Amino acid sequence: MVTAETADHPATLYIDLHLIHEVTSPQAFTELEQRGLPVRRPDKTLATIDHSTPTIINDDGSRPFITEQAKFQVEQLLLNTAKHGITTHSWDSPARGIVHVMGPEVGATQPGMTVVCGDSHTSTHGAFGCLAFGIGTTQVGHVLATQCLLMRKPKSMVIWVDGDIGDDVTAKDIILAIIAKIGVGGGTGHTLEYRGKCFDAMSMDERMTVCNMSIEAGARAGMIAPDATTVEYLRGRERVPSGEEFETLAADWLTLTSDESCHYDREVRLKAQDITPMVTYGTHPGMAMPIAANVPIASDEAEQKALAYMQLTGGKPIAGVSVDRVFIGSCTNSRMDDLRAAAAVMDGRTVKGGLIAIVVPGSEAIKKQAEAEGLDIIFEAAGAQWREPGCSMCIAMNGDMAAPGELVVSTSNRNFAGRQGPGARTVLASPATAAASAIAGVVASALDVGVTS
Amino acid sequence: MSIKPLKTVTSKTITLPAANIDTDQIIPARFLTVTTKNGLGKHAFNDWRYNDDGSETDHALNGDFAKACQIIVAGHNFGCGSSREHAPWALTDYGIRVVISTEIADIFRGNALKNGLLPIIIEKSAHQWLLDHPGEEITIDLERAEVRLPKNGGTYSFNIDAFSRHCLMEGVDEMGYLSAQDDAISQFEKTRA
Repeated sequence: MVTAETADHPATLYIDLHLIHEVTSPQAFTELEQRGLPVRRPDKTLATIDHSTPTIINDDGSRPFITEQAKFQVEQLLLNTAKHGITTHSWDSPARGIVHVMGPEVGATQPGMTVVCGDSHTSTHGAFGCLAFGIGTTQVGHVLATQCLLMRKPKSMVIWVDGDIGDDVTAKDIILAIIAKIGVGGGTGHTLEYRGKCFDAMSMDERMTVCNMSIEAGARAGMIAPDATTVEYLRGRERVPSGEEFETLAADWLTLTSDESCHYDREVRLKAQDITPMVTYGTHPGMAMPIAANVPIASDEAEQKALAYMQLTGGKPIAGVSVDRVFIGSCTNSRMDDLRAAAAVMDGRTVKGGLIAIVVPGSEAIKKQAEAEGLDIIFEAAGAQWREPGCSMCIAMNGDMAAPGELVVSTSNRNFAGRQGPGARTVLASPATAAASAIAGVVASALDVGVTS
Repeated sequence: MSIKPLKTVTSKTITLPAANIDTDQIIPARFLTVTTKNGLGKHAFNDWRYNDDGSETDHALNGDFAKACQIIVAGHNFGCGSSREHAPWALTDYGIRVVISTEIADIFRGNALKNGLLPIIIEKSAHQWLLDHPGEEITIDLERAEVRLPKNGGTYSFNIDAFSRHCLMEGVDEMGYLSAQDDAISQFEKTRA
């Protein structure tokens, strides 16, 4: 922190890592241009292209952008970053990918950092014990120009999940259960810390899934304290030092934990054994339920409207509802753990006829690793499409979208009305549940299609 | 660049009572491939306002009355979802200067303040009055941080930090304030090197 907050002024917070992409940065670069300001720390800025990028390549090697404007936006990012000397993982980079997949993969995200990006799912990086949050384009401009942000200290909320989780329960189910409990706006004004055995036992991929969706409870940031799992994930990555220097750094990272006796403004507890595979049934991520339960009866007009949009009936099961598309990907669930889980369900099975299933790896590195493990062959043999990395159907701005009225079981993070295309209906789920639903052609859990973990 | 100063606003209100109006409703993602801020007002609440063939729906936001309003009264947790600043850009371009709710999402709230759009979180009773009296002319006095309701509706104060209020009232943005801290930032960078 450069200066602390006072009654009159917010704090000036120094930013250690600024991630940028094509959608929320062009107007910020224009602002700098108009003011004649340089980028203060290109070395602390890292760019990629992910949101507007096609996930298929034409036979002639060209990329079919949805519009000329989308293509121009990507070109603009490449021009801006080249001009200002910002490292960019573009088409030719083996690290290109969804910004929140790429950052940790190259080791740019490290414990104790302040990390920002013009993207609300920047909370993902909190999995490494970072203070990481999404910002708007004006603030992207502030960070480009000054490497700082004006900020007031948020309140704190701890989410304890104690006990062991069931074999068929994934990180996605845990975070959906948390959001269902605290509500879609329950975390507003707070930074979340996830604590307890449940998170201790998770891989970094799983922790990123959890922290990623903190914003879906309204919390700008969510974090998990670094431990041996964090250190081992980062060891050997491109942007972390090696040898003695790494060990010194790692020892420092391991001190970044909350005191046992620390005070939180709010405390929430869930029991791991109470959590089962979850799906959403409404039009925001707080409307989540166990897949084996009946859709809750609407208690007000908003819920009635949401159920009507989803074409679901309160009091009836959600399992068995017909599915048109399945999307496996996004900054929530496109990492190796996710793809392995989906492949384990699809292996030797066939996607239901007429259903479109697409699998979109989070980055070029993940695509390469998945192909090395033969996951692409499993997906394609099952009848799913194996695509190029990007945000794809999560935000549906690159042309990957559902038709009006179609029901999509999606491993992404938002089920807002029209999010995956005008009139499209989204059911959020884990990769295992999404893959099972692709096989069954209806909303189904892995157990439902005969997969026992 | 400077923002449009806001001291008082007197306007009739548009009420959008649904809770959790997210940024995908305010401006759908397919309109985010722009590289400028201008002209997004026509796509504000696009999927509520237009049919698939591009014709206007009968949604109140398409009416002349709404288009003359500068104040939206929205349901709880307005602006949840993404960090897209295109949401306040779309609203201000449509003509909105003030959004009132019982809760406003953090990132949207911050983005609004940086674009001359005043986010007001108001107590439930005043919010209910506003929902029960759609279209009434009300006054927002930023200096006093008050919402004044007609017809004996009363006067309600709201919280806004002094810095944000100053920036909005004077139409100044934060870049100048941050840039003026250049020495302190350089000093800080030395300690971190």
